[in-house]
Amino acid sequence: MLNKYPAWKNILILLVVIWGFMYSLPNLYPDDPALQISHELTELSQGDLPTIMSALEAAEVQFFGEEVDSESILIRLNNLDDQLRAKTAIEEALGDSYIVALNLAPTTPGWLQAIGAGKMNLGLDLQGGVHFLMEVDMDAALTRRMEDNLSNVRTILREQRIRSRGLNLISNSHLEVRFADADDRSQARSELVDVFPELQFQNREAQGVFILDMRMTPATALQIQNDTLQANRTTLLNRVDTLGVSEPTVQQQGSDRIVVELPGMQDPAQAIRILQRIATLEFHLEAELGASSLTYETYEYEGIPVNVDNDVILQGDRVSNAVYSLDQNSQPQVLLSLDAQGGNQMNRATRDNVNRRMDVLLIETKSRTVTSVNEDGEEVEEIEFYEDKELITHATILQPLGRQFSITGLTPREASDLAPLIRSGSLAAPMTIVEQSVIGPSMGQENLDQGLLGVQVAAGLVVIFMFFYYRTFGMAANAALIMNILMIVAVMSSIIPATLTLPGIVGIVLTVGMAVDANVLIFTRIREELGNGAPPQQAIDAGYNRAFTTILDANLTTFLVAAVLYTIGTGPVRGFAITLMIGIITSMFTAIVGTRAIVNLIYGGKSVKTLSIGNFRKKAKAA
Amino acid sequence: MLTEKEFDFMGYRKIAGVVSIILIIVSIISLAVNSLEFGLDFTSGTSVRLSYSDSVVVEEVNQTLRDNGYEDAVVVTFGSDREIRVLLPVDESIEVGDQAAQAVIVGESIAELLQNSSGSQITLLGSDYVSAKVGGELVESGGIGMLVALAIIMVYIAMRFQFKFSVGAVVALAHDLIITLGIFSLFRIEFNLNTLAALLAIIGYSLNDTIVVSDRIRENFRRMRKGTPIEMVNTSLNQTLSRTLITSLTTLLVLFSILLIGGESTQGFAVALIIGVVIGTYSSIYIASNVILYMNVTREDLMLPVKEGSELDDIP
Repeated sequence: MLNKYPAWKNILILLVVIWGFMYSLPNLYPDDPALQISHELTELSQGDLPTIMSALEAAEVQFFGEEVDSESILIRLNNLDDQLRAKTAIEEALGDSYIVALNLAPTTPGWLQAIGAGKMNLGLDLQGGVHFLMEVDMDAALTRRMEDNLSNVRTILREQRIRSRGLNLISNSHLEVRFADADDRSQARSELVDVFPELQFQNREAQGVFILDMRMTPATALQIQNDTLQANRTTLLNRVDTLGVSEPTVQQQGSDRIVVELPGMQDPAQAIRILQRIATLEFHLEAELGASSLTYETYEYEGIPVNVDNDVILQGDRVSNAVYSLDQNSQPQVLLSLDAQGGNQMNRATRDNVNRRMDVLLIETKSRTVTSVNEDGEEVEEIEFYEDKELITHATILQPLGRQFSITGLTPREASDLAPLIRSGSLAAPMTIVEQSVIGPSMGQENLDQGLLGVQVAAGLVVIFMFFYYRTFGMAANAALIMNILMIVAVMSSIIPATLTLPGIVGIVLTVGMAVDANVLIFTRIREELGNGAPPQQAIDAGYNRAFTTILDANLTTFLVAAVLYTIGTGPVRGFAITLMIGIITSMFTAIVGTRAIVNLIYGGKSVKTLSIGNFRKKAKAA
Repeated sequence: MLTEKEFDFMGYRKIAGVVSIILIIVSIISLAVNSLEFGLDFTSGTSVRLSYSDSVVVEEVNQTLRDNGYEDAVVVTFGSDREIRVLLPVDESIEVGDQAAQAVIVGESIAELLQNSSGSQITLLGSDYVSAKVGGELVESGGIGMLVALAIIMVYIAMRFQFKFSVGAVVALAHDLIITLGIFSLFRIEFNLNTLAALLAIIGYSLNDTIVVSDRIRENFRRMRKGTPIEMVNTSLNQTLSRTLITSLTTLLVLFSILLIGGESTQGFAVALIIGVVIGTYSSIYIASNVILYMNVTREDLMLPVKEGSELDDIP
């Protein structure tokens, strides 16, 4: 029958409506500001909660809803100001070994949590916090790997007693070894080719010298960049953990950047101090007496000049851990653990050098802006990285070293400073903050309030307009419109864990404006059919059918644009694109299927003389 | 075919064409001469946002900052007369690695400085820092994004409609984008990341309009046995006119509510879209159809796919 949906279709629509309602519901329950307290290393003890409670009472902060388990304690507070005051009070009462994290505790009723309904994540712009974009210096990472290779090549040639006439680093992906004759070269090549599967070998002759070129393949370079980025991400995650932020984000962006978002963080200066400790380590041997001055550099160690050999025996990224402890004689030491390859390298380098000194260089990468002139004669600003090296250990090798060894002869203070320095020095490549945004909590709340008010007013105006212009049909469209907003919220709260940002709210608002477009298309078409003299039931059917291809084309192209936006964009652009895409899909459902169901329920299957769809002009029948 | 009630849109197509060309030329000249008022997202520097408990006089803040060594600071109000934003260029004498930390310190010291010289209670709302490198990249990726979007649309429309329609749609889109950018340049409205997103949204919106009109033109070319292309385009425009206006109206209602209520952060977005919607509505009527007519669209152009034609005819 015309304009009647089969029962299953109505039920299906009803189910979708119920789903949309249920899963958007949790967003109506505002979170409580809360603090989550845990111990850095061990489980919490019985006495912790009373200590916390008396500290809060002393600070005159009201709290409620304590939740305690062996791992952590959660305490709810009335407002964000109390949250910060309480944090300080608890930190003072408990001391340094506890982590007090700012948190938001959900107030969603249990039955909603039970069906897995949760809230949308709010972006930093809506809840306050700190955002950093950090850039990893990939050039340094590659150069370091090649330097590492170079010193391995040197060792192997020495062990195999192959005479070379020099090794040079040509670029960050290319090194050359020079030989006096072709025999040496081919012998070296056959020795090296198995050790360095990731390098490409090529022979070359220049001015009577036989050169072996070793180049990093682009695939290897890419792999190294990837590993470097992951290593840096992990290091950042560890550092962020010490900041006491409940839900930090540390995410890769593009090929050489990492986004760090710290919701609720109110002390950006502290965050920067911790995140930006850019340092790497290099292990060298002390230069032998009488060595050519070209093979070493001189550093100062406790006021004495020390000549450090240029060959790197080990890079800091091979260090898997460094801890401060006391040895058998209760003397302070730093215990170092290396990974497998690091252990081999260290062993090879130290077994012939017992009683020689080993030097550890801490390399801090700093950067400055330089202005240069490009090909077009324009002045361009570039970030230039440079290295600041410091000799931090100058210790005697007492025995051949392996994967685990210790640095002794330090004062307790030196040892406790050195351990974290080496740990952070194992960071694979230096990073700089290239973008930063600090959003205060009041700003976040203001953005959220204004954004939501904007949605409400916009939806209200559209609803009023649609009712006056399209009457009963307008109300069907309005029902669909509200349904659409609920569904966007429900999808963002459950299916796609998208983060709601201010541009995202704008995306929703814009969808509100554009979603009624589908209905406007359909209703004008129905009016037109009526104007042409079609009977009401047929007018409805023709209106929906004829408008469908138009709506599909229009929405599909807009969706494509949103998808492009999402792919190329970052941050705010993405937040906008994702809500726009979700909105287009849900609005197709609500505006076409949803309104049709309502219209069918009202008009379908009866004989209807007139439709309540506003005024239309009656035309002479078209030819 | 043309009944008296129909408005003769295409009768003005030459005038509209001339008007559009003038607008585009003015926009391009303004863009070349004035460029755009790029916001922090695209350039570099530090921006500090402050909120006052009473209304604030920008000149006084400017004076205070200048007297205390912030000669390059630019002060603007945003949202209301109680909130200001202080913009500072990147301090070249500081190492890039330390600039982010410096930005935080500058923010705090400016807040303190102004607090001391003002009777009003000042809250530091937040601060932003963008390095020279990132800012430059955004312009590039935004531009590329726009070109990719246009290319994809062109292919899609060529597939769904016909090549002449895709030229029409893309010309209309370029027209909208250039004029919107021109207005931003001419009136020196700040162009930031939100505006860029808005610009891409304009592509979506304007396209929506153009597709609806094109769809109707296609349908009429197939159904109507008589009439010149100009007459058929005219009929199509009249048939879609009420929809075009109503949708523009509802979208504008929404955008004005964002503009007036949504707060400073979304204002640039709303302004860009309002301009875009107005121009997009005009271009979907005049530009896309005009281009299609200039390219001598014929009935044969649209009669090709038998499958699709029969599908349409079958619909009661």
